[in-house]
Amino acid sequence: MTVAALPETTARRRRSPLTEAIRRHPTVTAGLAIMAVLVAMAVLAPYLWTIDPMKLDPRFRLKPPSERNWFGTDHLGRDLYSRVIYGSRVSLQVGLAVAVVATLIGTAIGLVAGFLRWVDALVMRVMDGLMAVPGVLLAIALMALTRASLETVVIAIVIPEVPRVVRLVRSVVLTLREQAFVEAAEAIGTRFHRVLAKHILPNAVAPLIVQATYICASAMILEAILSFLGAGTPPTIPSWGNIMAEGRQYVRVAFWLLGFPGLFLTLTVLAVNLLGDGLRDMLDPRMRRRL
Amino acid sequence: MYAFMARRLLASIPVIVVVAAFVFLLLHIAPGDPAAIIAGDIATEAQIQSIRVRLGLDQPLHVQFFQWAAHLVRGDLGTSIFSNLPVSRLIGQRLEPTIALTVLTMIFAIVVAVPIGVIAAWRAGTWIDRSIMGFAVLGFSVPVFALGYFLIWVFAVRLEVLPVQGYQPLSAGLGKFLESILLPSLALGIVYIALIARMTRASMIEVLSQDYVRTAHAKGLSQLPILLIHALKPASVPIVTTIGIGVALLLGGVVVTESVFNIPGLGRLTVDAILHRDYPVIQGVILVFAVIYLAINLAVDLIYTVLDPRIRY
Repeated sequence: MTVAALPETTARRRRSPLTEAIRRHPTVTAGLAIMAVLVAMAVLAPYLWTIDPMKLDPRFRLKPPSERNWFGTDHLGRDLYSRVIYGSRVSLQVGLAVAVVATLIGTAIGLVAGFLRWVDALVMRVMDGLMAVPGVLLAIALMALTRASLETVVIAIVIPEVPRVVRLVRSVVLTLREQAFVEAAEAIGTRFHRVLAKHILPNAVAPLIVQATYICASAMILEAILSFLGAGTPPTIPSWGNIMAEGRQYVRVAFWLLGFPGLFLTLTVLAVNLLGDGLRDMLDPRMRRRL
Repeated sequence: MYAFMARRLLASIPVIVVVAAFVFLLLHIAPGDPAAIIAGDIATEAQIQSIRVRLGLDQPLHVQFFQWAAHLVRGDLGTSIFSNLPVSRLIGQRLEPTIALTVLTMIFAIVVAVPIGVIAAWRAGTWIDRSIMGFAVLGFSVPVFALGYFLIWVFAVRLEVLPVQGYQPLSAGLGKFLESILLPSLALGIVYIALIARMTRASMIEVLSQDYVRTAHAKGLSQLPILLIHALKPASVPIVTTIGIGVALLLGGVVVTESVFNIPGLGRLTVDAILHRDYPVIQGVILVFAVIYLAINLAVDLIYTVLDPRIRY
């Protein structure tokens, strides 16, 4: 061994874990980085040179982006930059809430359907029915029934998203139930809840995390669509969909009212999708070359 | 074949029943009095009572359901509360633009997505593949209405080459029709293109690693026939499945696209109905969309047997 070769190998070994992670999982890193910036933006909104997003200023209506109003102003003279920054709170909250709630409910239903055969047939027919109706349509129909609030928006989006989780969990359960290690565990008298906690759920976690990420992305788009159509987040809350709904009639004269919120929404959903794609590759290397 | 079609049709019935039951219950699972919800915030007690009687809401739930279902089987979807016209007639009037938009977008998306998916798989791992897949992720992420307004701004406001909004029926001439439907199709198609391109690439990569593809290369066949005949045909079954599943996505997008581009189709009918709380119309439209979705997936199942002769039902 030559002496000169030594420093090189140690340098290689000493590469920081962060650089190593970036090199191995560029997609996850990119998604996480954009998400981190967006979350910081949402949390720190009051300190990011914003003003009250509801403050009217009739003297400055429909003004293009300038030094005074970085993203321009809307038809009531409200500062678009402040509204877009505060709007990130709605998208992130709804995305996260829907992903968590839909995953929990879907997992519960999926487990029951996977284990109890007589429930399975019934549950899956209901899920097929829910899946035959486009998610947007189902959500707006549900919204038409209730008074608009952030909670009702979350519920209206959770319902069309649940079948995706149910199908996933059920298929995992059905595959695992036939496996030798589960049969063995049952044969030696392991209690049901222990089989569930020790053998079934751990195997479902990886695909569930990936699915939850995609649900989060889809929920953000759905929230914006609902708000845009006038059946979502109350207009008093500045959400990206609401800003675009109010700006739509000014598409010819004030495109910034649609462009800026649209850009931020796309960027946010893109970050979540990148995270989902990256996590899928990371957690299931077999899928890596496929999708 | 006919036996399969009959069985497949029968299998759709439970799904339709579930959707119908759900649509019926939609009005009743909501907190509060459905009649009061329909009447809106500023309605007198007498108005609420008249709506209750007109819709039969004063009768027991199961009686209501069977009455509603009996009407449904006869093709009677009820009467619009807002316009007082039969819901089936309202839907019939709005069917053409929606079908035109959906079918055109499907054709356009498949024509674009399959070739780029094949190219990505053929050049897997290169910058061509990466940029196509990067475009696909972006396509998944851009909301249809944001893209719609962006296209309106670029092509209609800045370049002034296409009309801003509105719809010209096919009877107004093919040129005008295509002009009015081009941007909506583009906006609506992106997600669908992304979905199909990803599945095409994945499915093709799997097939391209098969031994018989290597044999085809070894015996000196050129690239194009290998890609199209040896690989694409066996790779097409999952692609067609994705096209079928993606229809739900497409139909959801139609509702939004029609609002953005002012197209008087089923989607606009739905949004207007929701803003007016016109429940019979909402129920009817949801049922029609579910039937369209099931019909397209039935067609997809039939296409399988053509694509893969090994599939027998």
